[in-house]
Amino acid sequence: MSAITTPFSETSSAWTLPYRGKVGMACLIIAESAIFTIFVVAYLFYAGKSLTGPTPREVLETPIFFTVCLLSSSLTIHFASKLLERGKRGAFLGLWFLTIVLGGLFLVGTGQEWHRLIYEKGLTISTNLFGTTYYSLVGLHAFHVTAGLIMLSIVLFFGLAGRVGPEESARVDVLSLYWHFVDAVWVVVFTVVYVLGR
Amino acid sequence: MSSDVMAIQSADAARRSWTEVLHEWVTTVDHKRLGVLYILFALFFLVIGGIEATIIRIQLMRPHNDFVSPQVFNRMFTMHGTTMIFFVAMPILFGFANYLVPLMIGARDMAFPRLNAFSFWLSAFGAFLLYFSLLGGSGLYGAGNAPDVGWWAYAPLTSRAFSPGHSSDYWTIALLASGFGSIGTAINIIATIISMRCPGMKLSRMPLLAWLNLVMSGMVLLAITPLSAAQLMLLVDRYLGGHFFDTQAGGSASLWMHFFWIFGHPEVYILILPCFAFMSEIIPVFSRKPIFGYPVMVGASVCIGFVSMSVWAHHMFTVGMNSYANSFFTITTLAVGVPTGIKIFNWIGTIWGGKIDFKVPMLFSIGFLIQFLIAGLTGVMLGSAAFASQLSLSYFVVAHFHYVIVGGILFALFGAFYYWYPKITGRMLNESLGKLHFWLFVIGFHLTFDLMHIPGLLGMPRRIYTYEPGRGWETLNLLVTIGTFVQGIATLVFVANLVISYFKGAKAGNDPWDAWTLEWSVSSPPPAYNFASIPVVASRRPLWDLKHPEDPDSRYE
Repeated sequence: MSAITTPFSETSSAWTLPYRGKVGMACLIIAESAIFTIFVVAYLFYAGKSLTGPTPREVLETPIFFTVCLLSSSLTIHFASKLLERGKRGAFLGLWFLTIVLGGLFLVGTGQEWHRLIYEKGLTISTNLFGTTYYSLVGLHAFHVTAGLIMLSIVLFFGLAGRVGPEESARVDVLSLYWHFVDAVWVVVFTVVYVLGR
Repeated sequence: MSSDVMAIQSADAARRSWTEVLHEWVTTVDHKRLGVLYILFALFFLVIGGIEATIIRIQLMRPHNDFVSPQVFNRMFTMHGTTMIFFVAMPILFGFANYLVPLMIGARDMAFPRLNAFSFWLSAFGAFLLYFSLLGGSGLYGAGNAPDVGWWAYAPLTSRAFSPGHSSDYWTIALLASGFGSIGTAINIIATIISMRCPGMKLSRMPLLAWLNLVMSGMVLLAITPLSAAQLMLLVDRYLGGHFFDTQAGGSASLWMHFFWIFGHPEVYILILPCFAFMSEIIPVFSRKPIFGYPVMVGASVCIGFVSMSVWAHHMFTVGMNSYANSFFTITTLAVGVPTGIKIFNWIGTIWGGKIDFKVPMLFSIGFLIQFLIAGLTGVMLGSAAFASQLSLSYFVVAHFHYVIVGGILFALFGAFYYWYPKITGRMLNESLGKLHFWLFVIGFHLTFDLMHIPGLLGMPRRIYTYEPGRGWETLNLLVTIGTFVQGIATLVFVANLVISYFKGAKAGNDPWDAWTLEWSVSSPPPAYNFASIPVVASRRPLWDLKHPEDPDSRYE
């Protein structure tokens, strides 16, 4: 057929589409939500069906303090990225660091709880159905917190090296979206494990 | 402009050594090259999976055959199913999506090129792991092995007691790896379609291929992930002593079934939606008419996406759910037939009154329409709980889903090959060989899969490695096996056509089919950056507007 070369006029200006990073992260969050849903369904399906002890009522203690830490880290990361947008790098780094500390504290809390459950209460992943579903669900969440902390730390190092400015704020926003997701999942996990599951 | 670019590239290619070319292909992040890699990878495994199918069919050719042992037979149907779904159908469809979506929406690449390469190599690694089980299935004991738990791997077959060694673990981890690859690609396709469209390419003007791949990718996000989650649970059971699917500790075997089929049924639609996409591009061009009912097609696709997420337990009617669940899943299964029927009517409406050009892509499309309709009808039969109770786990089911996958998906894919091969390679596929391929395949397909329904109705269960004579199954099974060989020969003709035409095929030019979507506006094969300047579109058929400035579509839409 006839050769058609460069048939189209140059780009007009009034055409804007959503930022691809945000769309990609939204998709990842949808996919991750489906994974967590399956683990939550398994937890609820097996709640109270363990053939042997210990049961959640006997051994679980509600981690109020560490939950407050994780949830408030959502606030700090939100204000951090707002500050970056306005070009206040120092304040951004401060709040960013605080976010990492709060997330780290949460992981310490999970570690302490697991240590207590394993060494004092004798509950491991192979003890009973409660152990299997509990460690899997909470562990999957803790894994996501860890992954988030690694990514947050990378941004912190680049920030300390002076490489994160307002022009990066859209990309930093993408990461904070992930962190909000990790926090939101904890609200669900907390409700399921420490409220409904007992 | 674009022809100059190509001339420079080919002059370069002559001077480079093969190691440089290999390095370039392995490290590429170009959506077109990754698309080609996906397709070649899938074609390779299509041959492997086909050989496995042939082994199965030779074993069942006559009663009391001992071509392979029962153990090998189990491994063959497990590997055949797993390979064909995860390492043929998924990658080949992702390959076409990768290649075509950016070109059709006027973008220069996918949204995340490096994620794209990562996803491909993750899938390839998954396939490598699955086949490595042939060597390493028994670990350091050195004995070869392969997964033998069936492609749906029901508990408790996968527990340590019934599946010692590592073959099931290779299966699990292979599917995890390819699953994460699929999720990466799905994220990429969605982000590309949402964020990378060229000016004027509103959602209401997007080619249906892009729309259907958008819906398909959304389904991948929601349907592949439950499989990944279930595989993680299986690994916890096998390696950490967990009890998710351990009935002796209170676990539930049917929970695995639910989790598997929450993936497994949407998966069928994940595979068929891109094939609907091919049909929606090929049929209009060879009927010389714009697609009939574009908005309804989009609506029906989205509707299929939603409804098909709630039909999974029709695979489990014989498991022992209560009557409410059986009724619910029967109703949703029958309901999903409605939007699918709308699509078939729209394709017929497109052909109706058109100036039909019976080139090979159109032949395969018509084969698709007829065969997919029949496959859908047996699907409606099996979707009814009462009927499924009779025929569940029989060869009727095997015949039904192969009718969907071979008669529907594979025919649509062959059509897509004949249609887009000129764009990808710059050469036309040979028309006579194509017609030979089509007719041989039609004969082989119908010989195999039409007849396969009957032993099922006569009570032949699936997954048996042999059977007694005198049940009326012998002649039918022999004919089914002969049909398999006819299909094999047809596939060889196809492969020969691919290879011969690559070197000797007629030059295609930019637009051999006089088509209307953006990929035909660039040279064949397209230059690395696709579009020298980003196009601006004003209608659903930008090339029609360009060729007919006196009567553009944009005037009517």
